[in-house]
This record gives sequence, C-alpha cells and structure tokens, in this order.
Amino acid sequence: MEFEPVIGLEVHAQLLTNTKIFCGCSTRFGEAPNSNTCPICSGMPGVLPVLNKKVVEYTIKMGLATSCHINNINTWARKNYFYPDLPKGYQITQFAEPIAEHGYVDVEINGNKKRIGITRIHIEEDAGKSIHDENQPASYIDLNRAGVPLIEIVSEPDIRSAEEGVGYLRRLHEILVYLGICDGNMEEGSFRCDANISLRPKGQEKFGIRAELKNMNSFRHVHRALEYEIKRQQYILESGGHVVQETRLWDEAQGVTHPMRGKEEAHDYRYFPDPDLVAVHLSDEWIEEIRKTLPELPLAKRERFVAEFDIPLYDAQVLTASRALADYYEEIARKSGKPKIASNWVMGDVLGHLKEDRLEIDESPVSAHSLVSMIGLIEDGTISGKIAKEVFEEMWNTGKEPGTIVEEKGLVQITDTSAIEQAVDDVLATNPTQVNEYRQGKEKLFGFFVGQVMKVTKGKANPKLVNDLLKKKLSEG
Amino acid sequence: MKLSREDVEHVAHLARLNFREEEKEKFTLQLNDILVYMDILNKVDTAGVEPMTHAITLNNAFRDDEVLNSVGVEKILTNAPDRMGGCFRVPKVIE
Repeated sequence: MEFEPVIGLEVHAQLLTNTKIFCGCSTRFGEAPNSNTCPICSGMPGVLPVLNKKVVEYTIKMGLATSCHINNINTWARKNYFYPDLPKGYQITQFAEPIAEHGYVDVEINGNKKRIGITRIHIEEDAGKSIHDENQPASYIDLNRAGVPLIEIVSEPDIRSAEEGVGYLRRLHEILVYLGICDGNMEEGSFRCDANISLRPKGQEKFGIRAELKNMNSFRHVHRALEYEIKRQQYILESGGHVVQETRLWDEAQGVTHPMRGKEEAHDYRYFPDPDLVAVHLSDEWIEEIRKTLPELPLAKRERFVAEFDIPLYDAQVLTASRALADYYEEIARKSGKPKIASNWVMGDVLGHLKEDRLEIDESPVSAHSLVSMIGLIEDGTISGKIAKEVFEEMWNTGKEPGTIVEEKGLVQITDTSAIEQAVDDVLATNPTQVNEYRQGKEKLFGFFVGQVMKVTKGKANPKLVNDLLKKKLSEG
Repeated sequence: MKLSREDVEHVAHLARLNFREEEKEKFTLQLNDILVYMDILNKVDTAGVEPMTHAITLNNAFRDDEVLNSVGVEKILTNAPDRMGGCFRVPKVIE
C-alpha cells in the first residue's frame, strides 16, 4: 500500500526586542545566568506584568507578511503546568483568539509553487533554561530567557514531504529575518521547530495517528528527522502495527527518533484569562499603519529582479538571500545601469571574497558606490575587464576607490593607436614562425598573438584595438 | 453531584496538593456547592453579550521597549532554597 505523509509544523520565533515581553529586563543572549531577571520575570508574588508594545507591532507585521487576518481584540491566557524553568507555574499566552490567523506562504518545490496554510500566529512568553547535571541528581535553572517574547506560528497539515517541510521553514525564516523581527539564529534557539507527522493510505481523507517530533536544531536536522519518521511509521504500518501517539526526540548523532521519557499523562493546562493583563484592541488604522512599514518580501523581490534586471531566477535567488545583499546589488544595478554586469561582480567576486574572509555583506570593504565607479571605468574604456579584476583585488585589500588605484598603479588602458601598433609590430617581428603558420590557415593562433600583445602592454591595451590592428597587420602580409 | 471525588483528586494532583481522605470528602462537597451556585448564574440570558475577561474597561496598557535595570543575580537568588553559582539548584528534572 502506498502511504502519504501528513505534516504540520509549529515554529517558535524569538522576537528581536530589546526587552522582555512583560518587564524591562534585557533579552541579550549569552549573559551570566540570572543576570537579566527581575521580580516580574522570576515570578515573584504581587508583581504586575505590562505588555511591550513592540511585541504586538512585530507580530502584526508577521501576520500581514503571511497574509493572515489580524484579530482586533486580543486577550491573554494562563497555561498552567509545573516545571522548574517556569517560575510562575503558568505561561502567559494567547488561547482562544490568536492575534493572527488564516494565512499562508507559497513555497517553491522543484520549480512548482505550493501553498502552505498558516492556522494561527500567537504571542507567548518563553520559559527559562534548565541545565541537567550529568553526575548529580540536580538541575540548574537560568531565568534569563524567561519572559523573552516568542511568536508561535502553526501551519495547517498541508505538508507532504520532508522537502516541503524544509521549504516552508526556510520561507518563514527568510520572512522573519527580512522583516527584522527575529535574528533567525537556530543554534541560539531564536528559531525553533516542532513537527506533527502521521501517515495515511494514499487517497484516504482521514488522518492517521501522529507523532510529535522535537529537538531539531537546524534545517538539516528537520529534513533528516522527517525522512526518518516517515520511514519508521511506514515500516510499522506495513507490518500491520499501530503508530503510538507520543512525543519523540530527534537524535542527530544516531540519526533516529526516540520516544521522550517522562510524563505521559494527558496534558491538562486549565487555560483561563490572565487577570493581570487587560485586553489589546487593535484599531484598523493601527494595522494599516504597520502594513505601510512592511518591506518588499523576498519572493516579490526575487520576481521583480528577474523582470526588471533581466537576470536568471537562480541569480535573483542568490542576490535576495538577505535584505542587505539585495540592497547592495540593487544599488549597483541601478546606478551603473548594467544589472547583468553588476550581478556577475556581486555573485562572483564580492560573494567569493566575503566567503573567503568570513564577512557579512555589510562588512564588505568594497562599497556599492565603489563597485559602481569600477563598472563605470570598464564601460568608458579606462580599464579592461582583465585589469578590473586586479583593481577589484586592490579595492578589497585596501578599501581604496578604483579611480585612485588605477591612477596610482598606472593601469589606465592604452587607447593610443600608435602605441598599440608598436606593440603589435614587435610581437609579429619576434614570432615569424607563428605568423607564417597563421597566414597558411592556422587561425587558432590569433589568440596567441592577442596574448602576446597583452603581455607586452601589461594587459593595458584596449582589447578591441588590439584585435583590429592584429587582423589588419596579419592580413596585410 | 456535579463533581466526583475522582475529579477532586485529579485537580488536586494537577495543583500538586495532597489531601487526607476526610479533606477530599469535604472539598468534594464544597466544590459541588460552588458549582450549584454557578447554575443560578447560568440561568441569566447572555445572548449577544460579549464574554467578559476583566472587571475594568481599560485596554491597551503598554510599555515602551526600553531596558530597565535588572535586580542582579544575588538579589534574585536570595530566597532560593539552594543554588549553584548563579543558578537555582533544583532536584533533577529528567532521568
């Protein structure tokens, strides 16, 4: 029997605010344990949480960017459970009405567009961190993360393969980072993902029994974990068994999922409205104001680059990988008026050097402005494409403007016909054998002559003039 | 009875409370009384009335995203029964 996977993903994204959701403690990662805490986020009795306005704005942005409906009235609920890294004994979250719902993102899988629905996006607070002692019966609690704002993005069970799952996650990740509301760092836990996955016989509408997967800390982990879990469930079903509804942890080292040990008691969170927090009323005006601040999203930017700059889709994908890179390229494409040449330089030389030097685009020693000047020097014939490579190298190492480098190093292209003619004559005179062979029909040697002239002129001769003069002189004999 | 003794035991467990047998008996009766009283409220016609989450009409109480000083590790750990460096120390949570 053929089985079809049904996958839904839950993403927790940490919002890029300066402070926690209900208090003024810093959200900075990597501080000494418990240094970013106060009576509010450590759950002391008698304190009053006050909502960070930016959290609401950021979440509305994400909702709008994923075509969600934004609910005007928002309330807060307490989700009750006991765990040492949850100091209050409850998590403040949204339950009945999430801030955003009924959205979607379009994902490209092998050239086909697939729409994945978003059930809901809601706001909640993060818990602290537990560190478990290997040798002693103890755990250590750091509350720096307690109260850091999160949004939970829940997908519809629309995903049918590991590829689609990862494609969806990459799209969400890209949007969050483009919006500037999440740093997207998966290692530090700013972008986390859980999966619900079940199998059903192909053609059947009813869902099978699902397992929940946790502990996947990279796109690669998600891909491997989903593939493994599809195979595991398929094997169980094919051998006549039943999938157990449970939470399983991905073990990257062994490449398998294990059932999570511990409490198996059905969750009973006893949600109820939080009496400490008043409702949030979002006016349509406020929502529209935020809509106006949305940047162009990656998918739209990609399509526009292809249409406007006439570059291949692949190039557009590379160039829109981050907002900063896209801005860098677009400035060069526009100001130089040569989008294709700009794309070659950015994709080849700039990205290559960045990778080599482990730099980000905003740390590039060659500014967009300098690259525009350099393309200008090629276009007006001041330097040849070959010399430009040398100039670029120098720009990268010294940060100097291309014009200065060309002047200092005397790299200006020779466009003086008599100077080039002299070089051509010299080359022909010192290579009589090749000249003869060429004239007897060995036309491939033309490249040899061009090379020799370039060598004599140290690459500074205008290639077109060299070609013209060589052709003329060789046919004269 | 609207509420059984098992319900009371379940709710007590969720709240990590331990009761003696006679207490369970007593609380079952008391909780039942409360729920019976709720029945009176249930008789009110609430058609078209929005559910109320607060007794006050205020909404949109926000703060700006500005960092305020945290209280410091020593102060936050003052009441901790046990500690290890700057962390709270608790009985091991997982096996």
